[in-house]
Amino acid sequence: MTMSEGKTDYLSGQHPDLPPPITEVGVVGWLRQNLFSNWWNTGLTFLGLYLVYLIFMPLIQWAIIDADWVGDSREACTSGGACWVFIRVRLDQFLYGFYPVDEQWRVNLTGLLLAATIAWLTVPKLLGKRYAGLFALVVFPVIAYLLLGGGRFGLEPVETTLWGGLMLTLILSLVGIVAAFPLGILLALGRRSNMPVVRALSVAFIELWRGVPLITVLFMSSVMLPLFLPEGVNFDKLLRALIGIVLFQSAYIAEVVRSGLQAIPRGQYEAADVLGLSYWKKMGLIILPQALRLVIPGIVNTFNELFKDTTLVMIIGLLDLLAIIKAALEDANWLGYSIEGYTFTGLVFWLFCFGMSRYSMAIERKLHTGHQR
Amino acid sequence: MSENKTHFVFESLPAVQMQGVHKWYGEFHVLKNIDLDVVRGERIVVCGPSGSGKSTMIRCINRLEEHQKGHIVVDGTELTNDVKNIEIIRREVGMVFQHFNLFPHLTVLENCILAPIWVRKMSKAEAEEIAMHYLAKVRIPEQANKYPGQLSGGQQQRVAIARSLCMSPRIMLFDEPTSALDPEMIKEVLDTMIELAETGMTMLVVTHEMGFAKTVADRVVFMDGGEIIEVNEPHEFFDSPQHERTQLFLSQILQH
Repeated sequence: MTMSEGKTDYLSGQHPDLPPPITEVGVVGWLRQNLFSNWWNTGLTFLGLYLVYLIFMPLIQWAIIDADWVGDSREACTSGGACWVFIRVRLDQFLYGFYPVDEQWRVNLTGLLLAATIAWLTVPKLLGKRYAGLFALVVFPVIAYLLLGGGRFGLEPVETTLWGGLMLTLILSLVGIVAAFPLGILLALGRRSNMPVVRALSVAFIELWRGVPLITVLFMSSVMLPLFLPEGVNFDKLLRALIGIVLFQSAYIAEVVRSGLQAIPRGQYEAADVLGLSYWKKMGLIILPQALRLVIPGIVNTFNELFKDTTLVMIIGLLDLLAIIKAALEDANWLGYSIEGYTFTGLVFWLFCFGMSRYSMAIERKLHTGHQR
Repeated sequence: MSENKTHFVFESLPAVQMQGVHKWYGEFHVLKNIDLDVVRGERIVVCGPSGSGKSTMIRCINRLEEHQKGHIVVDGTELTNDVKNIEIIRREVGMVFQHFNLFPHLTVLENCILAPIWVRKMSKAEAEEIAMHYLAKVRIPEQANKYPGQLSGGQQQRVAIARSLCMSPRIMLFDEPTSALDPEMIKEVLDTMIELAETGMTMLVVTHEMGFAKTVADRVVFMDGGEIIEVNEPHEFFDSPQHERTQLFLSQILQH
């Protein structure tokens, strides 16, 4: 968009098309049109800017300019701004819970492996998506379980009661997402099945889980379930919470997926039938690919909620990121830094949720083939 | 494509046999005592006013609709509740819909090779070869890698025809294939159908295109109120319709 081209001489009638003047398009044009089109709008713009200044200046002042970053105790926090020293000192615990310090490399390695797997799955240039999916769903969980739990291959066993912090939050939400998604799809298909028994069971399952609060489910899993189990049989508390979360969220996923199934025109089902495709091939190749694409926003919404709902495990004594920060706030050495603690938690959760939603927007764009029907 | 060893046995059988077929939607009696035999290689055009049951009738032939009474035998297999039989029949019967019903998330080529690969268990290369053959037949091989949404209605319908043919069906059903098309696209689809008819394909076509009926059909079936009113050769059918209702229908659609 250089303007210098306009200076050359041209034969009459040969003048090339020039870019529109910079005051009409681009940032300047946009500003003019939208913010300064008349005196009233100009006034509003300045008022708005002033409000933004009023709100955000103190925040920036507190969080960045006046903040204390270095030190190892509360004595380092003297300037009156945010005391990020608190987060720094406790960061290890916030990330790993009470996972033994000498064994934390195992968590890091698992995290690294996870990041690599996600990259393999999501970066379009990397090939072999089918293997990536297989690896992510079958191989990775086994490796992660062995690495984190230990007790084999000379690895020190680490009880799940020691797991905590961001690591636990991620485990809960990832396992929740990965397990609840297929289960939800099956339930959605079951609810639309022609077979009365399958349909009734699906409806009953979905309505049961949708009808109770997650807190109740978690309580049941940790307090009541052991009462029904025979003496001596004891599952891991984390496992019980996970099962509860998975079953609970699968009911929500099922309803989201069902809404997508309902949006697919009947002609698609008929065309698949007429070509002789069996039920599972019809669903797997024709209906679900279209239905899931339609409900990506709803699915991501549910995953997003699931991610944040994992904080509820706090009430059964699992120390996820939020719980461990709450616990740290009780520490007599660090009383009074709850704003820092919660701001940090909020920021971490926001980053993950925002990442998810950006990714979902990217897939939506990629999968859009400009059609319906 | 490849000739079946038992071909001569089928030769003697009608492609489609409908005997005393009745169908109800709840209380509503849609099909009343339908008797129709379609000989192998025959081209049948079914016409009639809307709501006369013509679509329902041909949709019974591949069990998109279930009949409640009577017998339907397709290619020597009777349509019953037996899922096996339905599968066998659907593999032999192709269908083209009014609204094309292409799979929008797949390219044209993928639409065509899907069923051959997953139902006929062909290799991908073989399926693609056949698909390109039929896409060339319907004159749109250059669109193979586009998505259906990028094609015109006429092109989409021709893809739908090619997609059906890739399964090498013995019978083709057309359910108002040109009704959803803009007028300038009707001809390209009808031309494709005429070419298909020339290959000797058994065809049942529900359509309002009387020109097509005159040039292509061996017999024209006229339906009204869920009954077959009249079956005749096109020449006879258009020039001297026997039944009062046929005369009325023809006078209504041929006025313009």
